[in-house]
Amino acid sequence: MRLDTASIASLAEQLEAAELGAQAITKITDAYPDLDWDDAYAIQAGIRQRKESRGQRVIGYKAGLTSRAKMQQMGVSTPVFGLLFDYMKVPAGDSVDTGALIHPKVEAEVAFVLKRALRGPGCHIGSVLAATDFVMPAVEVIDSRYQNFRFDLQSVIADNTSASRFVAGGRRISELAGLDLRTLGIVLEKNGEIVALAAGAAVLGHPAAAVAMLANHLSLRGEELPAGSFIMTGGITEAIPVTAGDAINVRFQELGNLSIRFI
Amino acid sequence: MMPDLIRNLGDLLHQALESRTPIAPLTDTHPELTIDDAYGIQLRMIEQRLQAGESVVGKKIGVTSKAVQQMLGVFQPDFGHLLSAMVFNEGEPVLVDRLIAPRAEAEIAFILHSDLVGPGITADDVLRATDFVLPCFEIVDSRIKDWKIKIQDTVADNASCGVFVLGGQARRPHELDLALAGMVLEKNGELVSTSAGASVQGSPANAVAWLANTLGRYGIPLKAGEVILSGSQSPLVPVVAGDSLVCSVGGLGSCSVRFK
Repeated sequence: MRLDTASIASLAEQLEAAELGAQAITKITDAYPDLDWDDAYAIQAGIRQRKESRGQRVIGYKAGLTSRAKMQQMGVSTPVFGLLFDYMKVPAGDSVDTGALIHPKVEAEVAFVLKRALRGPGCHIGSVLAATDFVMPAVEVIDSRYQNFRFDLQSVIADNTSASRFVAGGRRISELAGLDLRTLGIVLEKNGEIVALAAGAAVLGHPAAAVAMLANHLSLRGEELPAGSFIMTGGITEAIPVTAGDAINVRFQELGNLSIRFI
Repeated sequence: MMPDLIRNLGDLLHQALESRTPIAPLTDTHPELTIDDAYGIQLRMIEQRLQAGESVVGKKIGVTSKAVQQMLGVFQPDFGHLLSAMVFNEGEPVLVDRLIAPRAEAEIAFILHSDLVGPGITADDVLRATDFVLPCFEIVDSRIKDWKIKIQDTVADNASCGVFVLGGQARRPHELDLALAGMVLEKNGELVSTSAGASVQGSPANAVAWLANTLGRYGIPLKAGEVILSGSQSPLVPVVAGDSLVCSVGGLGSCSVRFK
């Protein structure tokens, strides 16, 4: 840690204000170039405290920067992790008010719900699948609080990894033995036109690897992923910008489809 | 274009293929070349190979992705012929010195149990006439120097077909939704790209229907027993000796190819 408690609390307040006011700010490492990985997660925890003090609840976790290409670009070997709050959840088929967001983008993902707690270190794809209650399709709306989505690793972690809204639904599959999440195909359509195509391996080679890395990451602070945890494993498709009037439909192999509209 | 010229250009491309010596783009030397002329040149090139003892084992569809269509400035696919000497089975190395500038594409192959004769063929007709589908690699190659191709050049050059490798797990086509079947392509153990079947004309079966209808206009059927390569779902990956590639398809296992 390089920052004092007061600076961390102040940065958490600035970032949350940017989110709630839908006003982009410059990346925080411009003012605090020494800010490290631990500081960044401390700022994220500060945002959590602010929200919880107002009665909002963490209902899940998310992984970000999960493609090998993105990780290489950012010079890291693990993804970044963020928190999903209750107000971020949008019912399937419902609409998202873009007026409350800065410059939203959507990504298609696979979400996991656990039936047993996962505690690292040493979690792997096998332990994740064994602890999984079911997997389901998810669409994440990311919205960086930084101007033009320009950030570095510390800035994006502090900004709760751009978490903004999400929808999860479609078909839940609990029989994972016959399901190959590596080759699970995804077709993302915007206003009826195909704009992105991908398969599960785009996330760390296998989406369950993101859950394993999250459990291992939490174990460094003595935390675990409790039974019932909802985890979004990171964008399988590239992030697609959306504006008011757009309709997104994502078709998932074996998992049905999921829609979300923007007004 | 004069029939003599079409024959000569077909012979020129055939020579380039045989000697592995690429030639200048035909569209440079003959800018008036139409796509119909180009198919005439392709047929002459095929005729030469048949005379040398090869046989037609199937067809390939090319230029199916939006990206490649935009690059070539066309808004429909093209097709070429698959010949017996192009067949490689999984496990058998592809010898790069038999090729000029090879690039790999990961695709879905259709094996037909009934003839498909256009016009009027739908994607459902394709699925009903298909014995099984399986993952495959098409190794494209260009007899045109440095791949400087316009649509007429690639059509004349048998749609830039080189060789192909079939592999993986054969499945009846109605057992899965080919549009949503994911594809993962790896080269030397590293992820190159992921995609899904819908990248080919909305579904690989649509591409095969397009081919049956296009050939139907010339009275050419897709024949029972033929293999149809439905079009690339990956970017073109340049390959050299020593490279090893695997493509895995959701529900269809994987196909591998190595280059020597």
